[in-house]
Amino acid sequence: MNPKPAPLVLADLRRSLAEAALRTAPAAVGRVSFGAPALDEPLGGGIARAALHEVYAPGTADLAAATGFAVGLTIRAAQMGQVLWVRQDVLDAETGRLHPPGLAELGLDPARILLVRARDAQDVLRAGAEAARCSALGAVLIEPWGEPRLFDLTASRRLALAAEASGVTTVLLRASARQDASAARTRWLVRALPSRALEANAPGDPAFSLRLLRDRGGLGEREWRVEWDRDRQSFHERAAFQARPAFQERAGNQGRAQDAAPLSRPLVPFPADGPAAEGARDPGFRRAV
Amino acid sequence: MVVETVRNALRLVDCDQNAVRLGLTRGLTLADARARIPDLVVVEAEPQADQRLIERLAAFCDRFTPLVALDPPHGLLLDITGCAHLFGGEAALRAVIAERLRAGGLHQRSAIAGTPEAAHALCRFGAGGIVPPGEDEAMIRPLPVAALEVAAETVIALSRAGLKSVADLAERPSMVLSARFGEDLAIRLRRVLGREDVRITPLRPAPACMVERHFAEPLLDMQGLEAVVMRLIAEAARLLEQRGEGGRAFEISLFRTDGAVRRLGIETGRPSRDADAILRLYRERIDTLADPLDPGFGFDAIRLAIPVCEPLNTHQPSLDGRAVEDEAVAELLDRLVTRFGRDRVLRFAARDTHDPRREARAVPVATPASAIAWPMPEPNEPPTRPLQLFEPPQPIETLAEVPDGPPLRFRWRRVLHEIARAEGPERIAPEWWRDGPAEPARDYYRVEDAQGRRFWLFRAGLYERENEMPRWFLHGLFA
Repeated sequence: MNPKPAPLVLADLRRSLAEAALRTAPAAVGRVSFGAPALDEPLGGGIARAALHEVYAPGTADLAAATGFAVGLTIRAAQMGQVLWVRQDVLDAETGRLHPPGLAELGLDPARILLVRARDAQDVLRAGAEAARCSALGAVLIEPWGEPRLFDLTASRRLALAAEASGVTTVLLRASARQDASAARTRWLVRALPSRALEANAPGDPAFSLRLLRDRGGLGEREWRVEWDRDRQSFHERAAFQARPAFQERAGNQGRAQDAAPLSRPLVPFPADGPAAEGARDPGFRRAV
Repeated sequence: MVVETVRNALRLVDCDQNAVRLGLTRGLTLADARARIPDLVVVEAEPQADQRLIERLAAFCDRFTPLVALDPPHGLLLDITGCAHLFGGEAALRAVIAERLRAGGLHQRSAIAGTPEAAHALCRFGAGGIVPPGEDEAMIRPLPVAALEVAAETVIALSRAGLKSVADLAERPSMVLSARFGEDLAIRLRRVLGREDVRITPLRPAPACMVERHFAEPLLDMQGLEAVVMRLIAEAARLLEQRGEGGRAFEISLFRTDGAVRRLGIETGRPSRDADAILRLYRERIDTLADPLDPGFGFDAIRLAIPVCEPLNTHQPSLDGRAVEDEAVAELLDRLVTRFGRDRVLRFAARDTHDPRREARAVPVATPASAIAWPMPEPNEPPTRPLQLFEPPQPIETLAEVPDGPPLRFRWRRVLHEIARAEGPERIAPEWWRDGPAEPARDYYRVEDAQGRRFWLFRAGLYERENEMPRWFLHGLFA
């Protein structure tokens, strides 16, 4: 067997350390930490483990970001246990089906995922409640589509009670503008956030703009900007917002965004079957090698 | 009288006894028959309906023996070896079946003999009845050669040679017969005469393990039903324990007095003989039935069959609780599979391909794990594969394209996205051995719009080489 190159060994070590830390972290107090002090401290060490949490996306467009955040939470909550994901069929057409290599890229091993495809909201609720009662699971992710009337206060109370009894972190993921009363411990609104660009203006690590809408622990509405670090399996806050000022406000104004983006630079055609010509000007995009 | 269009003419395919008495035969055209007897009652043939009826009858006969086979066109073969005494002997069993079918308004003929072919020949060409053991040959010998059910030409050739009954053939050496008419005739002859015995191929394979209850009075109430099912499961569990096995699939057959059979199957992810767990799964199964169990006039037999058994050894749970956890998850999955169906409870399996469309698929949880590992992400790199993938890719409208690179803007689902960051291209060649040579290569770009949403776009085809105006698609969404 060939010896691995040093960066890979380091990455492996880092990952196993992160996993060990997840196993022995202050889970004793029954909380799931974010790994980012800026979030953990006000929340008293993280969100409650044995509870129902809601992750909302303001619309379908941000559902992928909300899913990414929920996956991050799940990874931190599951502690290497199995993750049961209940997903309604319609979502496959609306937001695409789950892509396991993409999940692996976020740090969730696809082999740990059990997927239940539900026909309708009722099946989602039924499977979700059944799974939340099983204490052997690491975490449960429930993803219905739209705003089914079934997901009312009673339903969420049932899920919350099941999660509290079994000690399994249950995350309800929804794309919905309306936010009904629910028995969830916390409710998060997640939007996509422009990432910190890598070299040649390539998109960077997944970044989210979080807003805590409701916390039964008493913390008021607050906002954070976080990134997900797959190698350390933790969130970290983006301290000072390092992106260009033009991106600071979401959808701020298009004109400034265009000024700041290096897109208006002339691009050099790239021959289809060879490397870029020597001396060609940097097109502003990172190219795959 | 049943007619069917055969060779461009309506011909009789089946006639009842009155018609036969009037001299009508199979194959006669309807016009001829009408000329002879003007007031014929005629119905159109419905082979599919006949087939359904025969299959229902086969299910009905399942209560007498698990080995039931179809004997086309209109027969059923029951292997009653070892079953007859349960119904008071062969004669009583035959009488019971005849009585039940007559009650259903059906005429029937039956024969019991040592081999399936002998019974078939006696039933169709003889008087039927029960052949005492060892007397097959004596009963068969007087039958006409047609009873061998060989090709019509062979029958004609045999009768031209003066061989009219089975007895004529039985006395000749089989070598001579097979030399003239083929091996098939000799085999048929041996089987009909009971010199060679073959198993029938039952409609439903015989289960590895089976317990059943017959009731003197039809069972009507659901609580009683559950009590019986519980006792059957406990009995099966004891049998399995003696064999050191566990069942992977269970099937309860409920035989209704009116002949209808309802079958309820469940499956478990690992071999099991835990009576309580199996009963729980059954309750779940009955809860989820689209049409509730209708006892009608009651059930007169219930059978629990275990078609699939696997070795199962008792083991001591290990101290770390891992095995207990696995067990709990397996039980949860069994419940979910029972409730939602096998194709709805899935796990992911990797495939050895570079094409993102085929890289992964979801398989039922019960399928054994594959050896292919998931690609490990590159450290210190952002995700290069999307979290969600559209199948098929969604066409997008691109604006302000540059010849080689991602577009500056694109419109997807009527929303305009301004691209702020991009990376690419990552060229993924099609798998020509699957897609064919016409499939264009794809240049993938990771892009991020001004709002921070990350997309996976690709251009199908290369500029100036494969097509003039390549089309753009959105294939996935990143977190």
